[in-house]
Amino acid sequence: MKRRSFIAAAIKSLGAAATLSALALNCPPSLAAEGTIKVGVLHSLSGTMAISETVLKDVALMSIDEINAKGGVLGRKLEAVVVDPASNWPLFAEKAKQLLTQDKVAVVFGCWTSVSRKSVLPVFEELNGLLFYPVQYEGEELSKNVFYTGAAPNQQAIPAVEYLMSKDGGEAARFVLLGTDYVYPRTTNKILKAFLKSKGVADADILEEYTPFGHSDYQTVIANIKKFASAGKKTAVISTINGDSNVPFYKELGNQGIKATDVPVVAFSVGEEELRGVDTKPLVGHLAAWNYFMSLKNPSNDAFRKQWADYANAKKLPGANRPLTNDPMEATYIGIHLWAQAVEKAQSVETDKVIAAMRGQSFKAPDGFTVKMDEKNHHLHKPVFVGEIRPDGQFNIVWKTPGPIRAQPWSPYLPGNSAKKDEPDGKSK
Amino acid sequence: MTRLLFFLVFFAATATRLFASDAQSLRSLALGNNDEKIAALEKIAAEGKSDFLPVLEALREDALYVRKAGAGAGTDDPEAVFVALPEGGATKVWTKERLAALPEGSENVTINNRVRSALGNALAALRLSSGDRDLRRAAVDALLTAPRPEMLASIERAILRESDPKIRRRLETTRAMILIHDADKSVRLRALGVLSETSDVAVRRLLDPLASSAETDTEVRAAALRVTRTIDERLSRGEILGRIFSGVSLGSILLLAALGLAVIYGLMGVINMAHGEFIMIGAYAAYVTQNAFRNYLPTHFDWYPLLALPVAFLASALTGVFLERIVVRHLYGRPLETLLATWGISLGLIQTVRSIFGAQNVAVENPVWLSGGIEVYSNLTLPYNRLAILAFTAAVLGALVALLGGTRLGLYVRAVTQNRPMARCLGVSTSRVDALGFGLGAGLAGLAGCALSQVGNVGPELGQTWIVDSFMVVVLGGVGQIAGTVYAALGLGVLSKFIEGFYGAVLAKIAILVMIIFFIQKRPQGIFALKGRVA
Repeated sequence: MKRRSFIAAAIKSLGAAATLSALALNCPPSLAAEGTIKVGVLHSLSGTMAISETVLKDVALMSIDEINAKGGVLGRKLEAVVVDPASNWPLFAEKAKQLLTQDKVAVVFGCWTSVSRKSVLPVFEELNGLLFYPVQYEGEELSKNVFYTGAAPNQQAIPAVEYLMSKDGGEAARFVLLGTDYVYPRTTNKILKAFLKSKGVADADILEEYTPFGHSDYQTVIANIKKFASAGKKTAVISTINGDSNVPFYKELGNQGIKATDVPVVAFSVGEEELRGVDTKPLVGHLAAWNYFMSLKNPSNDAFRKQWADYANAKKLPGANRPLTNDPMEATYIGIHLWAQAVEKAQSVETDKVIAAMRGQSFKAPDGFTVKMDEKNHHLHKPVFVGEIRPDGQFNIVWKTPGPIRAQPWSPYLPGNSAKKDEPDGKSK
Repeated sequence: MTRLLFFLVFFAATATRLFASDAQSLRSLALGNNDEKIAALEKIAAEGKSDFLPVLEALREDALYVRKAGAGAGTDDPEAVFVALPEGGATKVWTKERLAALPEGSENVTINNRVRSALGNALAALRLSSGDRDLRRAAVDALLTAPRPEMLASIERAILRESDPKIRRRLETTRAMILIHDADKSVRLRALGVLSETSDVAVRRLLDPLASSAETDTEVRAAALRVTRTIDERLSRGEILGRIFSGVSLGSILLLAALGLAVIYGLMGVINMAHGEFIMIGAYAAYVTQNAFRNYLPTHFDWYPLLALPVAFLASALTGVFLERIVVRHLYGRPLETLLATWGISLGLIQTVRSIFGAQNVAVENPVWLSGGIEVYSNLTLPYNRLAILAFTAAVLGALVALLGGTRLGLYVRAVTQNRPMARCLGVSTSRVDALGFGLGAGLAGLAGCALSQVGNVGPELGQTWIVDSFMVVVLGGVGQIAGTVYAALGLGVLSKFIEGFYGAVLAKIAILVMIIFFIQKRPQGIFALKGRVA
């Protein structure tokens, strides 16, 4: 085995990757490994995204253990192959290629940022791999080889802004769109701007700001927010800041005394895990919109929380003394179980058969609803919750949808999207 | 006798009536929807029911619980409201009965931002008569953000009672903010006179309709226009001061990060690519000290940064001396090899820290005295942690200048860097001076790391984000010059914050880099250059 991988690496370094990928196409992944089914886990374990992605790797391993304890899939055990793309976007593509061609995994669970997903997308399409992407994102993408278990904009961003504009949300009329400078915040803000305009919000009442990845000095940004908010109308901040920049951002917010009752900040990438290192007392009332919160009260969430706490303690994970669950963890958990169900249904791990079997697959999720994979568009039907930060770093749910809603990957607020098909055709468009 | 009986009945009647209305308010607070909660809060505030203070405080702290009728173990339990105590257990509201634990079936009463602001106002109204000066002050500040006309009577009562001139002035401002809508023109004008003294954003917002055509009286409109202009001037002063402060604050952090490099690279001429990792070691030393305090001295936790400073200095300095003895001293005079060797060392240090502490960021908490900030203008708050770093940088700079200029070691360092063979001829142990100088530079980086842990993230790659900035500062300032480093750091800080204010953080970063490239093209020796033959 060792020798084989060494030879493979040598061939690859000689630049014969194309031959190899052709080889991989000829030989179905189910035959690549005897006895076990290999499952790839592609999450950053170091760098700026490690704060968010490390737990996704752990929850993936936990779910795999759980499935193995129940006898595995198709009577075979699952074997996880964990790689670290180190918050480095080109490295994501390299590692994805390695997982598909060298390790010959049947499926990959991974990515957080959209830029990493965009980076691996051509690899999965070229090699006909299967990716489960567990994080809320900007939409505007449909690939036959990807299942999106996180939210599309109409399952997170749009309902959150509607809440802010409602009576209970404070009737906000001015908006700061603040984000990290890459594809997810830029596209989400484009959609939100179009949405706000359709609701009659003027251009002068929208302020757009971006900071680089890993930015740590938020003084100017906060000063700009304060100035923008002093113009009279109720102002809200919509934050798509990603990764560890959130810690200095929320610290500065607290230190500068911006209270949620004056200028609420609603975040789309901040959950229980990101708030771990922050003193949340000055942040009480700031909001987050997700499809799952740890504080949800229902039997399947109680079981999920307990399972995670036990796993974290048994594996002595960092932070096991205060085990936290969050939305992308739930989405990872759902994704792995849906995949296992689809494999059982298809009686094969072959990509095309699993894709066909995924249609309409449903799962009793920790969010308290039975979520369903759409028959056509590769997205989950999910409920939406808006929560306010509590002094203990958890969220109070202040608004929710009555049930799961269907994803619209092509946002109707962007021009030209109405003509696009709601299902992937071979390759993503 | 009949009279007595009559009184008794009367008292009983009023008492029950009051109690019934309070119970209704409590019921709305605990079980009502948001609108009912807000109505109850406004009622409590208007009636000045200070009995409700503990309930409202519990509601704000998320410690109010309600058990619905029949939700307990005994099915016919009446409805009851409880306050959970921070030390465990609970008390029953009204009866003040202490319970060992929250009764079964009780649910947390949760609120959202809209209720929270009504709650803030109600708390403020009840606390206006508090004996505690700080509570009163906070109460007035809360009222000031959104004054409501029905508060006028209690505000006037509070003004008469108030002994503290500052709080009284804020109360008068609040009163003026309400009176500005008065029907009487002279009252409006007088209120404007009071408001011209303030620089509050909330006041400024209020004046907009008065300064526009919505106000029919021309005299009032002209006065309002005058007042808005004064306030605008004050606000823009606050804004510019804020920009300068954040620039100086960034500059002080840059300076702190670059000072060690200024010694190692600037004075000793060693290109030390591992400088960022010395900063990282300092930050992790702060993290370890914090954990030690949490485990062994939890009562003195707030003072851990004071001990973290020497620990960080020593940790980095010892690592520095060790590396100098093992690797760097063999490479003096060979800049390219030094560069490669120290880069390798930096990778090794990153991986070592990653294996010990994990790849994820670690949480370094701000102690209470470094959280929050001081409000100078209503639109300018200076955070304590940044003020502390500013003062700390000044102290370190002073100490370094004194050390280099006023002590024997400083003299040796300068002598060795200016003319190594001559210094050795005069009996200076150059290898010892090299080790100490390198250790000093590394220790300074450790201090920077300790300070950075209070404003940013602490992770294995922390140093990588600072190494480029540090070299930029030292090269821009002029190699071999501490004064140049100071000017370069502060200049870069202020400049980048001003660009950031107008064009955003991404463009600011690019603009600064481009500017430095052009500057170095024009003036390779930096802002300051040593004159004469030694350069």
